[in-house]
Amino acid sequence: MKLGIFVDKGTKAVVWGITGTQGSFHTKLMLEYGTKIVAGVTPGKGGREIQGVPVYDTVEEAMKKHDANASIIFVPAPFAADAAFEALEAELKTIVIITEHIPIRDAIQVMNRARQQGAVVVGPNTPGILTTDECKLGIMPAHVFKRGVVGIASRSGTLTYEIATGLTVRGLGQSTCIGLGGDPIVGLSFVDMLQEFERDEQTQAVALIGEIGGNFEELAAEFVSTEGYSKPIIAFVAGRMAPLGKRMGHAGAIIMGKTGTAASKIEAFEKAGVKVAEKPSDVARLLAEKLGRQHI
Amino acid sequence: MKLFEYEAKAIFKRYDIPTPNGGLATNPTQARDIAIEINTPVAVKAQVLVAGRAKAGGILFANSPEEAEKAAEKLLGMKIKSVKVQGVWVEEKVSAKKELYFSVAVDRSTRCYVAVASSEGGVDIEEVAVKAPEKIVKVSIDPVYGFRAHNARQVAKKLGYSGAQMLELASIFVKHYQMTVENDAELAEMNPLIEKPDGKFVAADTRIIVDDNALYRHPEFKKRPFEEVELTQQELEAQKSGLAYVKLDGDIGIIGNGAGLVMATLDVIQLYGGSPANFLDVGGGASADMMAVALNIVLSDPHVKVVFVNILGGITRCDEVANGILEARRKVGFTKPMVIRLVGTNEEEGRHVLTDAGIHVLDSMEEAAKKTVEVAKAGGK
Repeated sequence: MKLGIFVDKGTKAVVWGITGTQGSFHTKLMLEYGTKIVAGVTPGKGGREIQGVPVYDTVEEAMKKHDANASIIFVPAPFAADAAFEALEAELKTIVIITEHIPIRDAIQVMNRARQQGAVVVGPNTPGILTTDECKLGIMPAHVFKRGVVGIASRSGTLTYEIATGLTVRGLGQSTCIGLGGDPIVGLSFVDMLQEFERDEQTQAVALIGEIGGNFEELAAEFVSTEGYSKPIIAFVAGRMAPLGKRMGHAGAIIMGKTGTAASKIEAFEKAGVKVAEKPSDVARLLAEKLGRQHI
Repeated sequence: MKLFEYEAKAIFKRYDIPTPNGGLATNPTQARDIAIEINTPVAVKAQVLVAGRAKAGGILFANSPEEAEKAAEKLLGMKIKSVKVQGVWVEEKVSAKKELYFSVAVDRSTRCYVAVASSEGGVDIEEVAVKAPEKIVKVSIDPVYGFRAHNARQVAKKLGYSGAQMLELASIFVKHYQMTVENDAELAEMNPLIEKPDGKFVAADTRIIVDDNALYRHPEFKKRPFEEVELTQQELEAQKSGLAYVKLDGDIGIIGNGAGLVMATLDVIQLYGGSPANFLDVGGGASADMMAVALNIVLSDPHVKVVFVNILGGITRCDEVANGILEARRKVGFTKPMVIRLVGTNEEEGRHVLTDAGIHVLDSMEEAAKKTVEVAKAGGK
């Protein structure tokens, strides 16, 4: 059996910031989904248990007692990069950073260190990653997802749940759903995810959910036109209405000068032969058409 | 956060990068005094953050302190792209043998810093990149490794310099990189970086944009004698409550949870022929209180004829949102119509709360958007 992308039943995670409100709440929800959370790290609060998970002051102690290969970080922005470096030092291979508002300088250092170590960073400012019926390393509401065939890569949270709900209602479901993150500097790009989805046996089609800012959508379009792609792709781009130079909620959702507009992204996708949905609900409808499934 | 030229120049100076001698004036007399002290012909430069200052007549030259005073008077009374000039930077006029370009910026696609240099400075670098890409030198910088002296020497060489000039340029570039990183800049630029007739270099115009998320490490950027943009009442309220709000031109107030969902909501409203008045993201896990604050902000905009609330509950609970809507109604007693789309966690409870209060709830985002546009077109009835 081919396993999920970056996370699967064998994922054993350490939670940074497990003693905080968010960390503790989502640890509970992740455990309910079936994710294996083996330890938590909160400096200064080692020795207690949260949701039945032992808490340590340092990851070094945690790794002496537990076997782990992934991590999820909930700590506040000023301390998040240090948590990520601690996870990298412990050689955890998948690092999900939920935290928003991490300084760009810190994020750049984390990404480059991770690249050198061959680790994968999801986020920051991401809802995380979920492989249906295998593992949820994130904060997405589990009830909108159902085991199925569409791989989702997205730069947004709730918009992803909106589109995932549409896929679930139509009976297409999802294979793996990943939030790239709403910040300017994030670990994974649409191109990275297209490559993963191409290899993944569970994935039969791909939904790319982009937004204004940066050029990940343009790079994905270029990748599809130069390398070709064997699975159907439908894209959505949020922010057609966005004014120049204003941050639309996400730190990364900003049009700088002439780059990063929705128009440029839509044009790039269409040139590459990737259909762009006009409304969120069109994503599921168009994918159902491509996969030859009737509406249920 | 964009820094004014005078703020940027102070930072360049701190890093020992040569800049023209100068000072900030907020009135014409000050400008004259600075010109007396500099004791050479000066440039008087309007301190605004909008682009295209030179083309708009925001830079004047003066040969005497009296002329500097007059120039300052003229600039301090004018508006550049509808922005009032509140300060001028008076500096030594520098003559140029050659104008160069150098910047260090964050490169989102490589997740690295990138240094960009060109022998064609003093103009829009993006145009140079299109018209004469061979004149652009670009170096991607691994932040763990840094931008070292030999990297900088290679760049200086490619700009056509050797010997002592190459060494001096390289030293400026290395300091510039350090300054960019240590000040959490997303962009730091010298355009132009001037080669003077005597062969020395000076950063004649400088620009720095600081990462907003790193401002907590830089309290020094909060102390400013003047600000360019005055926030509207709605923007101030939103900022205070930590909500992401952007004012737009239309008449349909928008509230939603999650930046992507709200952006998509604006797009769908426009697709159906409506015009959004704002972007407002109440964020994940919005409480009843937060919802009430958001509604107050949107409803205080007099252009708003109808409000569209689009909530997809995940972490956010629909019953909390519903209670917030009622709370806001009790507090402000608003009379403008609302269209509410509410699905997800605790959807049933939320719907009950609202229908019991006589508020209709829809469950399709697109149906609700259509309905909102109809209400707006009917003049908010």
